[in-house]
Amino acid sequence: MKLIILDHYSQASEWAAKYIRNRIIQFNPGPDKYFTLGLPTGSTPIGCYKKLIEYCKNGDLSFKYVKTFNMDEYVGLPRDHPESYHSFMWNHFFKHIDIRPENTHILDGNAADLQAECDAFEEKIRAAGGIELFVGGIGPDGHIAFNEPGSSLVSRTRVKTLAMDTILANARFFDGDLTKVPTMALTVGVGTLMDAREVMILITGAHKAFALYKAIEEGVSHMWTVSAFQQHPRTVFVCDEDATLELKVKTVKYFKGLMLVHNKLVDPLYSIKEKETEKNQPSEKPYGD
Amino acid sequence: MEPLSSSPGCPGPRALSGAVSNKVLGCDWTPVWTACVGSGWGRGGVGGRGGHGILAGPGRAGHVGGRSRGPAAHVMRLSQLRVTWVRPSSAVRSRRGAGSGLGLLGSGRRPLGRARWLTMRGGQDGARAPVLQFTNCRILRGQALLREDLWVREGRVLDPEKLFFEERRVADERRDCGGCILAPGFIDVQINGGFGVDFSQATEDVGSGVALVAQRILSHGVTSFCPTLVTSPPEVYHKVLPQIPVKSGGPHGAGVLGVHLEGPFISREKRGAHPEAHLRSFETNAFHDVLATYGPLDNVRIVTLAPELGRSHEVIQALTARGICVSLGHSVANLQAAEEAVQSGATFITHLFNAMLPFHHRDPGIVGLLTSDRLPPGRHIFYGMIADGTHTNPAALRIAHRAHPQGLVLVTDAVPALGLGNGRHTLGQQEVEVDGLTAYVAGTKTLSGSIAPMDVCVRHFLQATGCSVELALEAASLHPAQLLGLEKRKGTLDFGADADFVMLDDSLHVRATYISGELVWQAEAARQ
Repeated sequence: MKLIILDHYSQASEWAAKYIRNRIIQFNPGPDKYFTLGLPTGSTPIGCYKKLIEYCKNGDLSFKYVKTFNMDEYVGLPRDHPESYHSFMWNHFFKHIDIRPENTHILDGNAADLQAECDAFEEKIRAAGGIELFVGGIGPDGHIAFNEPGSSLVSRTRVKTLAMDTILANARFFDGDLTKVPTMALTVGVGTLMDAREVMILITGAHKAFALYKAIEEGVSHMWTVSAFQQHPRTVFVCDEDATLELKVKTVKYFKGLMLVHNKLVDPLYSIKEKETEKNQPSEKPYGD
Repeated sequence: MEPLSSSPGCPGPRALSGAVSNKVLGCDWTPVWTACVGSGWGRGGVGGRGGHGILAGPGRAGHVGGRSRGPAAHVMRLSQLRVTWVRPSSAVRSRRGAGSGLGLLGSGRRPLGRARWLTMRGGQDGARAPVLQFTNCRILRGQALLREDLWVREGRVLDPEKLFFEERRVADERRDCGGCILAPGFIDVQINGGFGVDFSQATEDVGSGVALVAQRILSHGVTSFCPTLVTSPPEVYHKVLPQIPVKSGGPHGAGVLGVHLEGPFISREKRGAHPEAHLRSFETNAFHDVLATYGPLDNVRIVTLAPELGRSHEVIQALTARGICVSLGHSVANLQAAEEAVQSGATFITHLFNAMLPFHHRDPGIVGLLTSDRLPPGRHIFYGMIADGTHTNPAALRIAHRAHPQGLVLVTDAVPALGLGNGRHTLGQQEVEVDGLTAYVAGTKTLSGSIAPMDVCVRHFLQATGCSVELALEAASLHPAQLLGLEKRKGTLDFGADADFVMLDDSLHVRATYISGELVWQAEAARQ
């Protein structure tokens, strides 16, 4: 895994956005070759989305040939409810970029047959050629997507009942009223995520620190489902200082020492619209070396 | 219709509809109907020779024929069709290569998402209408100015999220608003004429006068209005009212919501500029007197009367029962009489402070309705204010605004002299004299209506009260719509409302006016 440690949330968001941007540009998507991107929801990726929108508006990045697959969606919440993940993705991302609606895929929590909906989603991912890069977050209980503690590490997209921890964490989006929070959700499975060719996890904030520790410094455990990615060939964890509070000093120093190398991954490439060489122009670095 | 037949190997839609559905096959399986050699397309609609219009509705999954954009159903014999099930992923599409598949899937850019071919869609016309997206603007929505785009289709405000997720469509046309504010079109519920036109004058062609005013007020940002008639003899009402029907707005001008009848059932002492000779009462026959005076009330939207007149309660109730908004004005009523009138159904006060008893701390009069606690529960009073800098002292404007901001309705009470220069002009049965921004009854110091356009009123109101831009704009749009019970369609930019709006710069000058999503007026500078 690559553990990327930045000072603040904004820098972590920017790094992650640049990484996604670079991956898409390097992939060079076209009408025959779509870049499949997995996307998360929640408060953590908001900064990253803002940056991606900025790059899109600058013309440096286009989502025209990008297909997106979201990780999860609540069951039973109307699609136009302000807290549904459809609304989240529309308001925070889709409405600001040039993605085509038919290239976005979000699980439908109001489908008549939920399991069939999940199977169809898996099928769509397969049909799209698998996920190139799956971006995700982590819960305070170490879950990835809604794969709560105890979820099988080879699970596929399915219906999950939410743990109390998650319901409490989400209550803030429902006016603090626990009765209003949905109790079930459709989610991609750990196995589905492991199938992605690359996984990037965004972890910011001190409340996620313990989960990060369990995910990377302890063993693989279905109680901390993010730990499954220890067995994935290409994983990137992007976090801020606060999220590293539970890690060993040794771990943090080791990965901070690698930042020189890792920062090359986010050096500006030729933007999609410009093809001229601008290599000699010094790229702006949000953080000193 | 002949029963559906199917070619060998092709199950035919009826057989499929029960057994095979999206759920079993997965959402993206869609049938592609390819025509067998020798069969021709019959564009004949449902019931064509032996055919069954299963593919009514253009563009959707399974529709054969690239240019099927119109609503006409393409009819084919099912026996001539072969169905191939495909999944419309790009990889699959590219591998299909030349031949029936690729071309018949259309340009390849149309979404072939959830197959809806099993349902006959007759009403696809609405979905085909172009979607307009106004970008780089701030829209007034939910009492706030939001940095959002305004989406319009078929003259109504559209929900883009629904468009994105359900119809899987993007905008057909984008218009950059240059950072302007988009506010709901202004609604003027009290305007006596303008540009030389006097609504109270019984001519043979009242319609063209109304049309002229309707067209000219577009430049003030007004998209709907209530032509107002002042106190006049019955002959005038009988002649004029039928000539002012309710009418939708458009490039020809602002929409007519109905007529506002100000008088003749008003107080003698507070008649203001209204001619004394034509004042009337309804003591004798209550509502019948009203009908005798006005004639048929079909085109009437608002009636201003004085509640202290005898039998006013019966009249108010009868008018309210007909959906006509009753307004209190030109009256010497005390607070109690005014409250009782509201309890009978009155909902508006005509130009607050003007033509009524002044506020007194032991009897606030009609003005006291703003803070009265004896109004029917769940209802509040609306009150018109002429914010032209003359009719109301800014301090009084502020008092009213602070006492009851949600009920304030900006009106122009404009006279025919609006838009004309200084000099003498006609208003009702009297002559008025215009001097700068004020109009007087000729030879007196009595104010005779205002000549400040609506956008001037909005700006003055904003500056005088120091209120938020949102409230100032709502006072000219949302509140009058609420008064008339039209707040779902007018006075708002919520989804589903009529796309009547004004484009304003930061100082609230009108740059462009739109009705039903169509540009109906544009400022000179913007035209370049």
